[in-house]
Amino acid sequence: MLSMRTVLYCSLIIFLAGCTRRNVETITIKGSDTEVNLVLQLAEAYMETNPAISVSVTGGGSGVGIAGLLNGRLDVANSSREINNHELVLASERNIAIEHFIFAADALAIICHPSVPIDSMSLDDLGKIFSGEIQNWQQLGGAAGIISLYGRQSNSGTFMYFRERVLGKDYAPGIKQMNGNAQILEAVKADPNAIGYISLGYLTDETGALRHGIKVIKLTTEPGKIAISPLDRAAIKAGLYPLTRPLFHFSNGTASDIIRAFYDFEKSPAGQKIIAQNGYLPPSEAGLAFNSVK
Amino acid sequence: MNQRLFWDKFFEKVFKGTAWVAVLTLVGIFLMLLINSARAFETISFAEFFSGTAWNPAAYGEATYGIGAMLFSTLLVTIGAMLIAVPLGIGAAAFLSEVASPRTRNILKPAIEMLAAVPSVVIGFLGIVLVAPALAKIFDLPHGLNALNGSILLAIMALPTLISVTEDAIHAVPQHYKEASYALGANRWETLLRVTLPSCTSGILVAIMLGLGRALGETMTVLMATGNATAMPNGFFDSVRTITATVAIEMGEVPFGTPHYFSLFACALVLFLITLLVNIAAERVAAGYRRKGQ
Repeated sequence: MLSMRTVLYCSLIIFLAGCTRRNVETITIKGSDTEVNLVLQLAEAYMETNPAISVSVTGGGSGVGIAGLLNGRLDVANSSREINNHELVLASERNIAIEHFIFAADALAIICHPSVPIDSMSLDDLGKIFSGEIQNWQQLGGAAGIISLYGRQSNSGTFMYFRERVLGKDYAPGIKQMNGNAQILEAVKADPNAIGYISLGYLTDETGALRHGIKVIKLTTEPGKIAISPLDRAAIKAGLYPLTRPLFHFSNGTASDIIRAFYDFEKSPAGQKIIAQNGYLPPSEAGLAFNSVK
Repeated sequence: MNQRLFWDKFFEKVFKGTAWVAVLTLVGIFLMLLINSARAFETISFAEFFSGTAWNPAAYGEATYGIGAMLFSTLLVTIGAMLIAVPLGIGAAAFLSEVASPRTRNILKPAIEMLAAVPSVVIGFLGIVLVAPALAKIFDLPHGLNALNGSILLAIMALPTLISVTEDAIHAVPQHYKEASYALGANRWETLLRVTLPSCTSGILVAIMLGLGRALGETMTVLMATGNATAMPNGFFDSVRTITATVAIEMGEVPFGTPHYFSLFACALVLFLITLLVNIAAERVAAGYRRKGQ
């Protein structure tokens, strides 16, 4: 008898779940690995106050998100890079009007294994390291050791951003292409000659302290200037750290009301608090002015 | 009676249809790969594709589509895996069928077969957290994300098939071969080495080919464990990127209808042809083996 009753209750629950499901509106978000944890937390907080809306967030890389938007499978694409001309052409061919919304800012941190005897470098040297012109730590005044490069795959917005901003040419072919920020972090911890790039959100733990087993390299834009650490929030806000970048949402056409409501939540103090807790920064003034969704 | 005949005929047709669906699917896959690959060669020359060693479709400057380094990496990792798995597999199979007590065999055999059920992501994860650091330590390397790591993991994945099929082949050797050998005064070791194994060579060859096919087509494990550097490797201690990993990484982000998109089909076609050849060879050997058995 008990089992009969259980079955009845179960089917009732499933039936009711089916009922409520139909009334829930869904926003499907996909893309940037840098943004995935952050947007997931924003979505969870948002759904707590708005049970009628379901926001699903997955990663895969900025390129995957934008491709998904162009192929009509997504509502919002997360991206840590701007949409490129080639993608804009594809979008107009498919009658997709891309709208962009910058909800936060990130700084790309250069991390090394703690045994690397270098604390700061110029942006120029950084580019030479990742393009393979500098191959040994000795060339930068460290102990001899073949530099071991860790970067992302070509589906990553960070891969593109870093190449555009720092290299201006192709990466060295020997660079190890990792699947995400977390993998780069783990690999750099384990490799005494390692250098890699990760986003601010992966640099610190839940309490805001720097993660163990890595060293953050300070960067200078011109020789003779003071080297800036990405952990120095005041300097980043003042625009002194060279690898600061906006984090984007892209949507098709004018954002619908439910997407707009989610964007509004991200802009609100509650949303910005979550962004700060995750180690990211509020969008810059220029970023806010650039937004096509206000 | 009439009705029984009807159902007889009916199910004969159903299963005949099922068998043909498998054949048609294979032909369909082949045609799809062929047609899409052909479009790749509208823009990419054969010479560049097969003799080039630089694979960089998302290049900063001009895109390059050379499959050479990836093909070599794929073969390197696969052959490495076979060098590890074949001696171990044959040894284990010989032990199971000739030496082990029935009790031991009853424990070991299901355990080995269970190994085949471990998802490849799990094995890839073990490669990152367990095998890579161990390799780095043993061989004094900066990191263990290299071809050897991939080979070891693929060997583990190929072992269940290899052991199972080899053991069946050894089992199929007629008892009187062995009895004759014992009667001539040979001991168990000599009998195994000189009589049993040589008389099931073709069965062992089939096992090796099946294991080889498994290792060639594996994606997730090598993607996670080999570092994915597109440079031409100099040996087992270099990071490599296999063809499977390239298709898996790049398929998600590539816009439809571009040369990059079609080139991935060409990569898949090359892989398909290699595995097809291996399987046809295995089938040939197996056919000879069956004839000999009769």
